[in-house]
This record gives sequence, C-alpha cells and structure tokens, in this order.
Amino acid sequence: MAGEKPVAFVAERQIPPSPPPVRTGGALGWARDNLFSGVFNSVATLLSLAFVAYILAMVVPWLFLDSVWNASSLQGCRQVDDGACLAVINERFLQFVFGFYPEELRWRPILAFVLLFVAIWPALFSSAPRKLLIFSALYPLLAYWLIWGGSLWGPVGAVVGIAIGWACIRFLPPLVRGRLDEGLAFLAAVGAGILATALWWLFCVIAFEDALSAVLAIGLEPVESARLGGFLLSTIIGVSGIAGSLPIGIVLALGRQSNLILIKAVCVGFIEFIRGVPLITLLFVAWLLLSYFLPPGTEFDLILRVVIMVTAFASAYMAEVIRGGLAGLPAGQYEAADSLGLDYWKSMRLIILPQALKISIPGIVNTFIGLFKDTTLVIIIGLLDPVGLLQPIRADQNWNGIVWELYGFIALFFFIFCFAMSRYSMYLERNLDVGHR
Amino acid sequence: MTAAATERDEERRAMTASGEVAIDIAGMNKWFGEFHVLRDINLTVYRGERIVVCGPSGSGKSTLIRCINALEGHQAGRIVVEGTELSSDIKNIDRIRSEVGMCFQHFNLFPHLSVIENCTLAPIWVRREPKKEAEDRARYFLERVKIGDQALKYPGQLSGGQQQRVAIARSLCMQPRIMLFDEPTSALDPEMIKEVLDVMVDLAESGMTMLVVSHEMGFARQVAHRIIFMDEGQIVEQNEPEAFFNNPQSERTKLFLSQILSH
Repeated sequence: MAGEKPVAFVAERQIPPSPPPVRTGGALGWARDNLFSGVFNSVATLLSLAFVAYILAMVVPWLFLDSVWNASSLQGCRQVDDGACLAVINERFLQFVFGFYPEELRWRPILAFVLLFVAIWPALFSSAPRKLLIFSALYPLLAYWLIWGGSLWGPVGAVVGIAIGWACIRFLPPLVRGRLDEGLAFLAAVGAGILATALWWLFCVIAFEDALSAVLAIGLEPVESARLGGFLLSTIIGVSGIAGSLPIGIVLALGRQSNLILIKAVCVGFIEFIRGVPLITLLFVAWLLLSYFLPPGTEFDLILRVVIMVTAFASAYMAEVIRGGLAGLPAGQYEAADSLGLDYWKSMRLIILPQALKISIPGIVNTFIGLFKDTTLVIIIGLLDPVGLLQPIRADQNWNGIVWELYGFIALFFFIFCFAMSRYSMYLERNLDVGHR
Repeated sequence: MTAAATERDEERRAMTASGEVAIDIAGMNKWFGEFHVLRDINLTVYRGERIVVCGPSGSGKSTLIRCINALEGHQAGRIVVEGTELSSDIKNIDRIRSEVGMCFQHFNLFPHLSVIENCTLAPIWVRREPKKEAEDRARYFLERVKIGDQALKYPGQLSGGQQQRVAIARSLCMQPRIMLFDEPTSALDPEMIKEVLDVMVDLAESGMTMLVVSHEMGFARQVAHRIIFMDEGQIVEQNEPEAFFNNPQSERTKLFLSQILSH
C-alpha cells in the first residue's frame, strides 16, 4: 500500500540521560499549585486562613500578651490583666508534678525520672551500649525503691523471686529429659517457675526482708502511696503499663497462635475477657475486689494493683495488634526459618518477631498513647493524678472559677508525651526500613 | 546419546550399586483434608544423585519435596533422611532440617537482615559456630554464587536472580548433605534464569545430592541422573534423562512433554 511506513526500525544512537525539567516558580509556584489551583481550592484556602487567624487572635493575647504569672488569687490576676491567670500554675506547679510527695524527698522521684532515660536509651536507640540493658532490667526495682523508699531488701527479695522462677525454667527440664515430652517438660517448668516466684513473693519476701534488715539495715525513708500524685503518678502508671504490656502482649499473641490447645485457650480467654470489659471496671476490681483473692493480711499497694490492671488491659490490645503483624508476614518466612533448622523460639526471636513488630509499630504506639491517656481514669478510684488534683484547686476560694488554664496545662503535658511517642515511632519506622520486599 | 549423558548414566548406576541411600521414601501417602495429594510414593535417592521432578501444576511435586524436610507432614508410610526417620519428634525434625538445604520459588530471604546476616544466621544459632567462622564461610559461598560484592546489601536491594543465588548460598552455609529446590526459577525474569541455573549446575558438579522441582528441561537434560514425572499425586514415570525425553512410555508423560516442549 502506498504511503505505509516500514515496520523495521533500528535506534541510531543511545539517548543520553538528561536532568528533569525545573519546577516552575519557587514558593509562588508552589502556592499556586497547592493552594490556589481552582476557585473552590482558593476559597477553601482563604476560609482556612481566616479561621486560623481568628483562633490565633483569641489565643495569643490571652495566653502570652495579657497573661498573669504572679498573683495569689484569681482576683489578683484580674486586677493586673484580663488574660490567662497562669499564676495558679506557677503556684501549684510542684503539686501538679509530685502530688503530696514530701518536699525534702523530691530528689528521689527526680533521680528516678532521670535514670528512666538512661534505662530506656538502649531500648530506643540501637547506638546505645548494649551493656546498659542490664541496668534497664534492674531499673524497675531501683525506681520502685527510690520512689516508695523502705528497706533495700524488699526489691532485692523481689529479684530473688524472679531468679528462683528463672532457675526453675532453666534447670527443671534437663532433670526429666527422656521421661517427658520436651515441649511438655518446658511448659511444666514455666508453670513451676511462675508458681515458685508467686509463692516466694506472697509468703517469703517479707521474712527475707526482715531477716536481712536485721543483719544490715539499708533503706530510704518510706513514702506512702497516698502521697504520690500528679504527673509523677501518671508517669509511673503509664511507663509501667507500657513497659509491661509489650512483652506480655507478645507472649499472648504467640500463645494465641499456638498449636497447644490449653495455651491457646488461656490466651484467647484472657484477651477476649479483658478486651470485653471497660477499664473502669478493672480499676474498681483492683480497688475493691482484689484483696478478697489475696491471702488475708497481704499488704498490696493500691498503685501496684492499678498498674497490674492497666498493664493487663493494654496487653490484651497489644496482643491483637501484634497478632495482626504476625498474620501480615508471608508464610514463606516461617518456612524458610523452619527449613534452616531454627527451633520455634529462635525463629520467633530472630525472624518472625523483628518483622512482625516492625509492621505493628503504628498500632503498638497507638496502644501506648491510648494507655498513657487512660491513666487519668484512676481519678475514679480516688488516686490524685493531675486531673484528680484539679478538684481541690478549683474548690480553693482563691482560684475558684479557673478552668481553661488548668485543663490546658494538663492537656499540654499529655500532648508533649504522646507527641514525642508518635515522633519516635516515625523515626523508628524510617530507621528500620531497609528496602521493600 | 551424548558422551556426557552416557557418562552420567554410568555414574548413576555406580551410585545405585553402592547402596548409599540419602533419602528413602516408602509407601508414603498424604492428604490435604479430603484431598489425596500424594499417593503411595516410593522413592530411593542415592548419595550424590541428582533428580529433577516435573509434572503439571497440582500434581504434588512441591508437596513431595516439602515432605522431605517436614515442612509438610505425611500421614502414612515412612521417610528416612540420611538414616533418620521423620517422625513427630521435634529433635529429629530439627536435625534433618539442618542437614537438608532448601530453596524456594519466592526465595524467602529474611528482608530485615543483610545478605551476609541471612547466610550466617543459621550456622551461628543452630550450629553454634563462632561468628568469624560463619562469616568466612558465608563469604566463600557468596563468592561461589558470584555475589560476594553484595554481602552488605539488604535483600530488597537485589534483583530476583541475585536473591535466589543468595538463598542458595544461605542453604549451603549450613553445609547440607542434600539440597531441595522448589521451582527455583519460576518466579524469575527470563534474563535471570540462566544465572541461577549456572549456579545450580556448578553445585551439581560438586557432587551434591539434589532434588529439583523444575520445568527447566534443558537443565534436566544437562545435569539430572534421573527424571521423575508426577501427575495427580503419584509418580507416573521415571527414567534416565535421554530415555525420558526421547522415549516416554506413558500417555500422560507424552502429553506433558508435547505441551512444554512445543514452544
């Protein structure tokens, strides 16, 4: 046919790479592309700007320009200026932080707080020296001792209990080797270990503490739980809950996938029950009912009970978040680990969990943030967290009528912590991202 | 018949005569629920023997080799690998798995570990080798699969062919006596198939006992001592490669060969 192009074609030369076209117009071009790209978008942009300006026009003068830092009452504030009466925070700041913790002993929670960062450093950043993990492991008991005081031998007794449990798990299975199935022997040893630890804690720790105190009395002045409050209390409950819920959640998630019917049933039962009950109910149980289940005469601290309940609550959620991560891994990863001869625990620790936890980071941090904010619910059972401390302040004649300043201050505290966690999780996700699969 | 093929047949007869058995499968049956996926499998693999398993999809060939390292359990019959019978005893299974290397269709490298860490993980954690020793051997095998310069990269940064070669090196680092390959080239672009097959030919020349599920008939002709054809869960035909390709006996084999060789 006339005019038809021939099919054959051979490239005459290799086309060299060239840089992409330059984006048009810098800031103005960006604004045109993103803010004013059409009538609707332009109107939306202007309305949003107007709204932001309106809010700022209200907040900035109130909070910064006309605020009063030094006064002894709301009336005093009003006489100076009509902005925020921040004098109340100025006056009650230490109470917000420490509750009714004895003034001369406040260095102890401060030291515990500073050491907290040393303890979590190796957990958060891989560049930290690994040896610090030993300190991290001992930190909870050190912090407990610093904050509550008392004899040093109490926390040491608790460590001994853990050591007894560990020894059961480590040394019992070899004793029955050959006579019992390996998995069963391990389970039995774990059960025996937990039981031994619990029995030690319940019945022997006090005797241990008394005996050693008689020999060598090392101790700090004890501080009652009732005197703890404010951000100190929120931080104690929040940090313990966070530190406890992740490992327990991992164990529950793995247990839920287990082939062993009994373990699976226990884990599913725990998760479903705890998730199906409001946290407030659990807190009431901790407050009122738990003592019925414990041996009579057991002195079991209320804050400790609350920490246990909050941890259990967060663990159930954590388990489901991690289960999602486990389910998100391709079966090939399990098979590859198996085919190399790795046993269950090694393949979980080295192959499965590092990947599953990485997938779950957003969900895990979400649960952490939720848990941290839920600590304010302890007001219901009479603990004086920051929100609990508001009531007496607002009831105080001098400060009667102040609302925004106080709630805003507490909100700011929680926001800083939660925002930091959120940022850290983004850093972690970026850091662990080693290319797509 | 080429001289190389004749030589290979001689080799196989010598192995059979030696009676050194690597894998012995007798009367093995397996079901997926109601579905009878493997039917009365009898197969003896001698040390140093190279077997290619082929057959249409769903014929049970992958399941067969996955039974050998107990990625799948079997319900009847027995499987003996290097003198150890596969039973539900976890200790046995872990021992067999550390003697048997496996390469998967989708490589299944560990994406959160670098190439060298993928290779040293099992030697360090299963065999309890010192890190230095494990790394030296990993580097040796990575060189051998011609990928030594990528040791510090992560799997996500490598091409499919490179990933599969790393997977082979990872298995070899455990110094297995038997290597299983489950369709190692099926997920690869045509350009990359050759680099993987070259590594496998090299491995074959070193005398490794190999069971390969593959449709690479050229590879089968070149290295296999024996070819097994499976259909609907049973071994339909097995023979030396020249005889298998030139003179298939069963109708199903003929049909299969005509379909895969017609393009």
